[in-house]
Amino acid sequence: MGREGVERLIRTRICDLLNIEYPVFQGGMAWVATGELAAAVSEAGGLGIIGAGQAPASWVEAEIAKVKKLTSKPFGVNVMLMSPFVEEIIRVIVRERVPVITTGAGNPGKYVPVLKEVGTKVIPVVASVALAKRLEKAGADALVAEGMESGGHVGEVCTLPLVPQVVDAVHIPVIAAGGIADGRGLLAALALGAEGVQMGTRFMCAEECTVSGRVKEKILKARDRDTVVTGQSLGHPVRCLDNRFTREFARLEADGRAKEELEKFGTGKLRLAMVEGDVDNGSVMAGQVAGAVRKIEPAAEIIRSLLAEAEEAYAKLTAHFHK
Amino acid sequence: MGVFEKVKSIVVDQLGVDEDDVTLETSFEELNADSLDIVELIMALEEEFDLDIPDEEAEKIRTVGDAVKYIKENQ
Repeated sequence: MGREGVERLIRTRICDLLNIEYPVFQGGMAWVATGELAAAVSEAGGLGIIGAGQAPASWVEAEIAKVKKLTSKPFGVNVMLMSPFVEEIIRVIVRERVPVITTGAGNPGKYVPVLKEVGTKVIPVVASVALAKRLEKAGADALVAEGMESGGHVGEVCTLPLVPQVVDAVHIPVIAAGGIADGRGLLAALALGAEGVQMGTRFMCAEECTVSGRVKEKILKARDRDTVVTGQSLGHPVRCLDNRFTREFARLEADGRAKEELEKFGTGKLRLAMVEGDVDNGSVMAGQVAGAVRKIEPAAEIIRSLLAEAEEAYAKLTAHFHK
Repeated sequence: MGVFEKVKSIVVDQLGVDEDDVTLETSFEELNADSLDIVELIMALEEEFDLDIPDEEAEKIRTVGDAVKYIKENQ
């Protein structure tokens, strides 16, 4: 089967909703998902997403301009709701008529009306059934259900149990995230009832990703057990690759240090790793799939191989079923 | 049952805490509720009192007393 077969096999409601070719989102990773990466993924037929993180609105505006220059296809911005610049960033998104917004670290319910008014599709990232139901009621167009296998800020439920429970609780399309890095993961997500996948760590190793080369190297070297979760005592656990930073953070946490001291120790560490390339003292946020990411390749190639692998896995899978 | 008693029973049920720990002054944070616990709690209150609590209002509900006050004013 050629490319046509794949397209026929994997087309879901999310493709029509967002006018994208393939139901593949690139996670909006802070300090990692710049306009260059988002544009490459969108141009390849997926949904590229700029990660606003803690960056100011002017940075987001500049990245949106880059994407618009590089592709005419739909793209998104991920807004971290704990960012001090959130109100301003929402205004930029509305003004620039960004086609899709995904949100993290909270409940974006109050922003839904203003975004929908300009036609921006609202796709919150959720880690629980209750929030999924509430956001569907608030008017979300779709949801990303993210399990705790993912990198960065994580919830408490794994992807395998989370996705079907969210799928059963809502009527809107659900995108699975957390623990997915290849076509087998895509196929599995579809089997769970998801209508697409979001991948972060795999796209971090896209050629077009401007993250420090040292970060990419560290991901390529990572093995299955190399991520750790820190920050539980702060109420917002974070998954990173194990390094000097995470070990020191864990030590301070075990020591029972004050919340303020821990937060201060963590401040700026993501940027230190992702932008400055200090993979020892910085926070190298990555998912458990880091061990499965094996090479640096163009975003288009990642999407192409993802679809081919899914097709191959589908053929193998059907061979297990006997009439 | 009064509003406070109903709210208290929902809080006890949702957050798995002791009745004695729930007063009007108790904040959900003190009861170790995280943001996802609070979403579930708000939804349970909406159901019990047949209310729609918009997110802007839900954000301001930090204590048991805040919830009771909101419910009394909006029922």
